[in-house]
Amino acid sequence: MAEEVTRKPYVRELTWRWIVRHPRYVRYMAREFSCLFIGGWTLLMVWGLKQLAEGPAAWAAFLECLKSPASIVFHVLALGFATYHSITWFNLTPKALPLQIGEGFVPDAAISGAHFGAWAALSLAVLYLAGAF
Amino acid sequence: MATSNKPIVWGPFAAGGTLTAFITPALILLTLLAALGQAPDLLAYDRLHAFAGHWLAKIAIAGVVFLSLWSAAHRLRITCYDLGVRADTVVATILYAAALAGTGASVLYLMRI
Repeated sequence: MAEEVTRKPYVRELTWRWIVRHPRYVRYMAREFSCLFIGGWTLLMVWGLKQLAEGPAAWAAFLECLKSPASIVFHVLALGFATYHSITWFNLTPKALPLQIGEGFVPDAAISGAHFGAWAALSLAVLYLAGAF
Repeated sequence: MATSNKPIVWGPFAAGGTLTAFITPALILLTLLAALGQAPDLLAYDRLHAFAGHWLAKIAIAGVVFLSLWSAAHRLRITCYDLGVRADTVVATILYAAALAGTGASVLYLMRI
């Protein structure tokens, strides 16, 4: 049975302006906006796969496109946001995966630290195997 | 009991968030080097084509693409809600479909390599 609404219902104001009300919200949104850069960069790589499948000339054209000023700016921003995502993700890991040994819990810093260490090792391995240095 | 598709949506998001946290900055650094004219050896056509030609690498690449796109789509969906877009079903459908389409395209291209 439908309820009769006799009073004016309260409609909560919907805006994006809450973001700038507190530095905490700005940091939260910076973290969430990292998805645009990670997703955008991944789509760029899907396009790269297409070019790679089409042959050496198409791949060379793709590499040439990467050198445009817009691409360089995008890459620098994407690297910054992706790194910010990693930092926030690993800092949250102890909350998502609390590890109990005996009576006590492993300290948050140890769990985060292990992830940061693995991140550094993996990054170096990727860069080394790709021949970046 | 009410059924929920939350675990199905959230599982790949968590996996993708972890995967992108571990490897995406390093991978972006590789293409940034290429953008600066210092392309690492792996990005030379012959080497990359040979690498992506291996079936194990194809599976790994498709997996990374799927998890990256899905976690980005899920996060963007939540962000749209935070920014006041309340048409969640429409937003979710578009974003997850885009993530699946991107994955499908990458699988198609990988099969041609």
